[in-house]
Amino acid sequence: MAKRLDLKDVDIYYGDFHAVQNVNLSVPPRSVTSFIGPSGCGKSTVLRTLNRMHEEIPGARVEGQIQLDGEDIYARGSDAVAVRRTIGMVFQRPNPFPTMSIRDNVVAGLKLQGVRDKKKLDEVCEASLRGANLWKEVSGRLDKPGGGLSGGQQQRLCIARAIAVQPDVLLMDEPCSALDPISTLAIEDLIGDLKKDYTIVIVTHNMQQAARVSDQTAFFNLEATGKPGHLVEIDDTEKIFSNPTERETEDYISGRFG
Amino acid sequence: MSAALDAPERPAVPATFRNVSTARKVKNQAATVLVTLAFLVALVPLVWLLVSVLIKGVPAIVSADWWTRSLSGVTPDEVRGGVYHAIVGTLVQALIAGIIAVPVGILAAVYLVEYGRGRLAKITSFMVDILSGVPSIVAALFIFALFISIGGLSQSGFLVGLALVLLMLPVVIRNTEEMLQLVPDELREASYALGIPKWKTILRIVLPTALSGTVTGVMLAFARVMGETAPVLVLVGYARAINFNPFEGNQASLPLLIYTELSTNPSAAGQLRIWGGALTLILIVMVFQLAASVISRYSAISK
Ligand SMILES: Nc1ncnc2c1ncn2[C@@H]1O[C@H](COP(=O)(O)OP(=O)(O)OP(=O)(O)O)[C@@H](O)[C@H]1O
Ligand SMILES: [Mg+2]
Repeated sequence: MAKRLDLKDVDIYYGDFHAVQNVNLSVPPRSVTSFIGPSGCGKSTVLRTLNRMHEEIPGARVEGQIQLDGEDIYARGSDAVAVRRTIGMVFQRPNPFPTMSIRDNVVAGLKLQGVRDKKKLDEVCEASLRGANLWKEVSGRLDKPGGGLSGGQQQRLCIARAIAVQPDVLLMDEPCSALDPISTLAIEDLIGDLKKDYTIVIVTHNMQQAARVSDQTAFFNLEATGKPGHLVEIDDTEKIFSNPTERETEDYISGRFG
Repeated sequence: MSAALDAPERPAVPATFRNVSTARKVKNQAATVLVTLAFLVALVPLVWLLVSVLIKGVPAIVSADWWTRSLSGVTPDEVRGGVYHAIVGTLVQALIAGIIAVPVGILAAVYLVEYGRGRLAKITSFMVDILSGVPSIVAALFIFALFISIGGLSQSGFLVGLALVLLMLPVVIRNTEEMLQLVPDELREASYALGIPKWKTILRIVLPTALSGTVTGVMLAFARVMGETAPVLVLVGYARAINFNPFEGNQASLPLLIYTELSTNPSAAGQLRIWGGALTLILIVMVFQLAASVISRYSAISK
C-alpha cells in the first residue's frame, strides 16, 4: 500500500515561465507531509506534478526526477493514467460528479475502470465512506445526488471517492479552505486516521492545521513575483514550528502566528 | 454623477434620502416610459401575427381529418381532407437531418472543446461560423448542384434532409460547445485524478453533465429547420398523398403545402388550408421548444 515519494532536482515550467526551482525532498510512507508558504510560491504546482496532473495544462513541463518507491513516474513508457491510479488527489473545492448519486460518486473510479461486480462495489462504497467518516451521515440516502450534501460532507465524499480506488499516495490541495471549522476538524481527524494506510501530502495555508496534522513540513518561498519558487527547508513539523534552521521560515511562521 | 452627490454640503439628516432632485425624477420617468413603449412596439407584430394565424387557422385544424387524412382525391376547392401527408414529410425530413447532424455535430463540438488545439481546431471553428451564416437557399442549391446536377439523382425528401443537415450542423455544434464549456474543469480533473482516461472522462462524466443542455439545443435545432422553405422548394416535388419513403417520389411538407396552395389555389378552401398549415407548423415547432425548456429544467450543471 503506502509508498514513499522522492523528488530529485525538480524544476517546473509553465511554457517559458520558470515556476518552481530545484526541489529535493522525500515523503516517507505512512506519514503526513504538509506544504506551506506564501501564495504563488508553487505549492499547488509541485503537488500537481506528483501525479502528473499538471500535464493537463498546455505548455507545463517538469525536469528532474519524481520517484514512487524508486520508480520514476515520468519514465518513458509510464502512463499518466496508471500513475494517477496509484496517486490520488483531493482538490480545494469539493467536486462531486453532479449527475451521480452518492454511491456512484464513491465507486466512480472503480466503475469506470471496468469493475462490474455489484457486491464488491457495495463493499468498497461502505468501506470508503466509513474511511472518510461519512458513512453514518449518508448511509440512508446513498441514491441521492452527491451535490445535495453540505460542503464539508461533499469534501469527505471526495475523499471517499479518492480512497475507493485504493491509491498508494493521497495528495490534498487545501482540502479545508472552503469549509467551516467543524468540517475542518472532521477532515483533520480523518487525515490522522488515513495516515495509517496512506502516504499523504497536504497543501495548507493554515499553520495550525499543518502543525496539527503533519509529521513533516516543507516551507516554500519565492524571492519576488515573477521569480521561481523554491523549497526553503523541510523538516519535522515540530522543529519547523519551534526552531527552524532558516531565518526565512521563522519570519514567515512568526509573522503569521504572531 | 448626480447633482445631489456633487453638492458641497450634504446635510447629515436622513431626510436627504427622500430629497431626490426633480430633474432626476423626470429622467427616470422618461426612461421608464421609453423602454415600456419600445417593448409594446416590438410586441405588436408578434401578437398581430399570432392572433391572425389563430383566427384564420383554428377553423381548419379543429377537424379530426385535418390531423389524420391527406389531400389525396380532394379537389382544390373542397373543404375536406387534411395535412397528415405534410406533417409526415416535415417530420421525416427533419429526422433524416437529425440522424446525420446530431451525432456529427456533437462529436465536432467534443473535438473543438476537449481536443481542439492548434490549426485544425481554428479552421473547423471558422468553417462552423461560415456555415451558420449560409442562407438556406444556398444550402439547397449546393445539394441540388451536387446530387441532382452532378450526381444525376432525382428530387426526393432525402435530399431535403441533406440540405437541412447543413443548416442544423452549426446550431448543434455551437450549442453543444457552449454546454461542454459550462462543465467545470474541476470535474474533468476529479475524473483524471481517479485514473480514468480522457475518452472515458468525456463519455461518462462530461457528456452526461452537459446532456440536458445539449438535448435542449438539439430540440431547438429541430424546431428551426422544420420551417425551412427553400430546401423543399428546390429539392422535392409536392405530393397530395402520404409518402413515408423519403428516397422515392414526391413528398409534401408543411412549408411546401403552404407554398403550393398559395401559388396554385385561390379558392376559399385553399386559403383555409394555408392558414391551417401555418398554425400547424407553429404548433409543431412550439412542441419542440416546450420539450426543450422542460428538459433544460433538469440540467445537472445549474443544480
Ligand atoms: N496554469 C498556469 N499557467 C501559468 N502559470 C501558472 C499556472 N498555474 C500557476 N501558475 C503560476 O505558477 C506560480 C505558482 O502557482 P501555484 O498555484 O503553484 O501557487 P500556490 O503556492 O499554490 O499558491 P496559492 O497558495 O495561492 O494556492 C504562480 O506564479 C502562478 O502564477
Ligand atoms: Mg495553490
